[in-house]
Amino acid sequence: MLVQVAINGEKHEAEVEPRLLLVHLIRDILRLTGTHIGCDTTHCGACTVLLDGRAVKSCSVFAVQAHGKEIMTVEGLEQDGKLHPLQEGFMQEHGLQCGYCTPGMLMASYAFLKKNPQPDEEQIRRAISGNLCRCTGYVNIVKAIEYAAAKLRQGGS
Amino acid sequence: MAPKTSPEIGGMGHSVKRKEDPRFIRGKGTYVDDIQLPGMLYLDIVRSPFAHAKIKKIDPTKALAMPGVLAVITGQDLAKYNLHWMPTLMSDTQMVLPVEKVMYQAQEVAAVLATDRYKAADGVEAVEVEYEPLPVVVDPKKALEPGAPVLRTDKKDKKDNHIWHWEWGDKAATDRVFREAEVTVKQDIYLPRIHVASIETCGCIAHFDKVSGKLTVWMTTQAPHAIRTVFALVAGHVGLAEHKIRIISPDIGGGFGGKVPVYPGYVIAVAASVLTGKPVKWMEDRMENLQADSFARDYHITAELAAKKDGTLTALRIKTIADHGYADAAANPSKFPAGLFHICTGSYDFKAAHVEVDGVYTNKPPGGIAYRCSFRVTEAVHTIERMADLVAHQLGMDPAEFRLKNFIKPEQFPYKSALGWEYDSGNYAGALRKAMEKIGYAELRREQAEKRKRGELMGIGISSFTEIVGAGPSKHFDILGLKMFDSCEIRIHPTGKAIARFGTKSQGQGHETTYAQILAEELGIPAADIQVEEGDTDTAPYGLGTYASRSTPVAGAAGAMAARKIRDKARKIAAHLLEAAEEDLVWEPGKFSVKGAPNRAKTIQEIAFAAYTNHPQGMEAGLEAVSYYDPPNLTFPFGSYISVVDIDKGTGEVKVRRFVAVDDCGNIINPMIVEGQIHGGLTMGLAPALYEEISYDEHGNIQGGSFMDYLLPTAVETPRWETDKTCTPSPHHPLGAKGVGESATVGAPAAITNAVVDALWHLGVRHIDIPITPAKVWKLLREHGVTE
Ligand code: FES
Ligand code: FES
Repeated sequence: MLVQVAINGEKHEAEVEPRLLLVHLIRDILRLTGTHIGCDTTHCGACTVLLDGRAVKSCSVFAVQAHGKEIMTVEGLEQDGKLHPLQEGFMQEHGLQCGYCTPGMLMASYAFLKKNPQPDEEQIRRAISGNLCRCTGYVNIVKAIEYAAAKLRQGGS
Repeated sequence: MAPKTSPEIGGMGHSVKRKEDPRFIRGKGTYVDDIQLPGMLYLDIVRSPFAHAKIKKIDPTKALAMPGVLAVITGQDLAKYNLHWMPTLMSDTQMVLPVEKVMYQAQEVAAVLATDRYKAADGVEAVEVEYEPLPVVVDPKKALEPGAPVLRTDKKDKKDNHIWHWEWGDKAATDRVFREAEVTVKQDIYLPRIHVASIETCGCIAHFDKVSGKLTVWMTTQAPHAIRTVFALVAGHVGLAEHKIRIISPDIGGGFGGKVPVYPGYVIAVAASVLTGKPVKWMEDRMENLQADSFARDYHITAELAAKKDGTLTALRIKTIADHGYADAAANPSKFPAGLFHICTGSYDFKAAHVEVDGVYTNKPPGGIAYRCSFRVTEAVHTIERMADLVAHQLGMDPAEFRLKNFIKPEQFPYKSALGWEYDSGNYAGALRKAMEKIGYAELRREQAEKRKRGELMGIGISSFTEIVGAGPSKHFDILGLKMFDSCEIRIHPTGKAIARFGTKSQGQGHETTYAQILAEELGIPAADIQVEEGDTDTAPYGLGTYASRSTPVAGAAGAMAARKIRDKARKIAAHLLEAAEEDLVWEPGKFSVKGAPNRAKTIQEIAFAAYTNHPQGMEAGLEAVSYYDPPNLTFPFGSYISVVDIDKGTGEVKVRRFVAVDDCGNIINPMIVEGQIHGGLTMGLAPALYEEISYDEHGNIQGGSFMDYLLPTAVETPRWETDKTCTPSPHHPLGAKGVGESATVGAPAAITNAVVDALWHLGVRHIDIPITPAKVWKLLREHGVTE
């Protein structure tokens, strides 16, 4: 089947099997490997991307379901050589260690901050509860998201 | 300790931002599964539904007829090259692929090679295997009973399921103290099977180049050099010599001990690539990861403590059954089948102690590896910290007061423990007092008393642990004969920048940053100017890898020693440039100057340039050094943790309200990274305390083999950790550092368990095995008359 998507603003098309998962289209065919895979039961969130602005776990969506839609992945966060405040926040607050969960965390919190620009700690913790991190213990991830929320409110990109 | 270097240099004590982050926050890391080579084939694995069964027939016909399926590899195929069995790191043996029978559910049975991962998975579905089920042995105690089915029928003289017996300490002296003891307590403690479950699973790409005869393997491994040697030893007879093997460990998505062993999938991928001459990728999925990779713990412990009526501890006696599954595939140093379990006297001054462990075979996956912990140290710490609380409560003493009474005192260091360790340094009371103050211990005890009157359940738990890391001195420590030194090689370029390579491999610990800081501290070259590399056996010096918190204690020390060699040569060059005697030069980070004439100075960058452009006659050009560091002793980080829990009587749910962690890991390289390691470690302490367990039913069916029922804590369950520190430098480490990555994993479960038992002690509850699930607590509450 032919699937056409715009990914981080760039148009792509590919001939795929109907059963191909979106995460494999992104990683193996379009070769954007920032989106990761950590499970087979929709629990870890390492594969989180935005599909028409909504955070989805791309391991649980067929590539063909993304036909005609816009996808945003971690590679699309940086704009014109400027890091997104979330990326900056993760680095400043030491919100990552092995980095494997990081792209999923970034995308889940990106979608969350769009909906809730002024979250409290509990709301942040709930918002990333579909994303597992084995390294950081989450405390600094929460701080990183708070950092980004504050910066975005001040109008930083 | 205030940093000795400026922030521009960024040596020890500076919270330098991590060099690894710019690639990770952009999604530009390179993990194994990110690599795609032209013509690459995919391997997938057929796994056994039975825990113990004869294989009567493997029929690949239907699989081979499927589009894209190129081959089905069985044990018979590997047997032709004598590669169907492989040694474990503990000198036991384990199957790569079986020829006769399977020994656990999810064991590898055959492998399918195909042109893409979906086709390989189709092939796996189509392979037909006929099994004849055999009696299953799940319980290690039953496995030891006479008449139990003998599992390792491959071992000719094996008549039972007992692997080894190990004991340590003075039995006679210990028994004597127990006979004369005023107070004794005895408790069975089970530390269940758990899994490290790093978010990246395991896998590799094997690429054998038929023309050059060189095998390159990109692989999720914490110990690339040792793996290269193991491959050469195991596959030497089929022509794989060590200089023709290159192991590359790229970015690793968490290791925690689970990426130390060699799994069958790696070996099959290598064999498939050697046979086809094509690159072959094998990436396990999460269920395979949880069901078949090495597990941790599974220790059935019976512990006894002897004490005086005034609360003075006198002796410790422990017997343990270690369930290793069907093979002892632990990753301990060779001489220590039970790892460093004999650190079990903990932070206390015992006269006598004796510990015994028996390894046992069962129909479960092989293992016995670490779970973000030095070899079997959590098992030891959990036991002693639980037992300390039991005695304290039994004697009606406050657990904090009890600990303060029994701690090894600062002036007793270096301290020789009853089980033979020489603790390098410590100030246990200092850490506990700081934790008590930070959490407001006395006030919490008052609150608890009030709540108890109202029938509310609140508990306070302490764990004052002693770690033992940095393996290890070559006299006692080796893995398969390879001594457990580690290494660093530094090259200073003419313009004063540098590259340094190490024998370890970061899996998230931030070595690129912290190692650069160590060299910045020693050489005064800004950390930003130092590139750190690890994980490529063709370029890095030989080392034993990263696990058991050994990177800073061993490779970090190698970095300091190599830097000091460079500084020695730099001094000679500076003397030549300044026309001064070497003894008249003084060093401050980044430059040598002439004593009494601080303006006559040469920076390390000027010296580096001279090393290539104007070196003294008779001296070799260049500025490089290598160090292979053999530590004189282990290091002994420690800390005191206090947790406060509230228990819901209706549901049995335990909520960790607060958790204060005071750690002492000696001198700190990067405070930000150390704190991050502690946060992560605490979360991996919380996890087994409340959530994680891999158990089996009587048929050997795994329970908890996916993230559906193996619960990793999310941000919602994880408390906001509160951390603090004391600093007692290691006297023998060149930087006074001790290692920290695992302290929190080791110390936290006991603090939480002790808090839960503390909340329920007045009801008559004496012990709960982890994980402390709501169901367990609910049942206990009902058994003890709480019905509300
Ligand atoms: S890979 Fe785990 S949720 Fe998608
Ligand atoms: S940083 Fe390793 S899993 Fe989150």
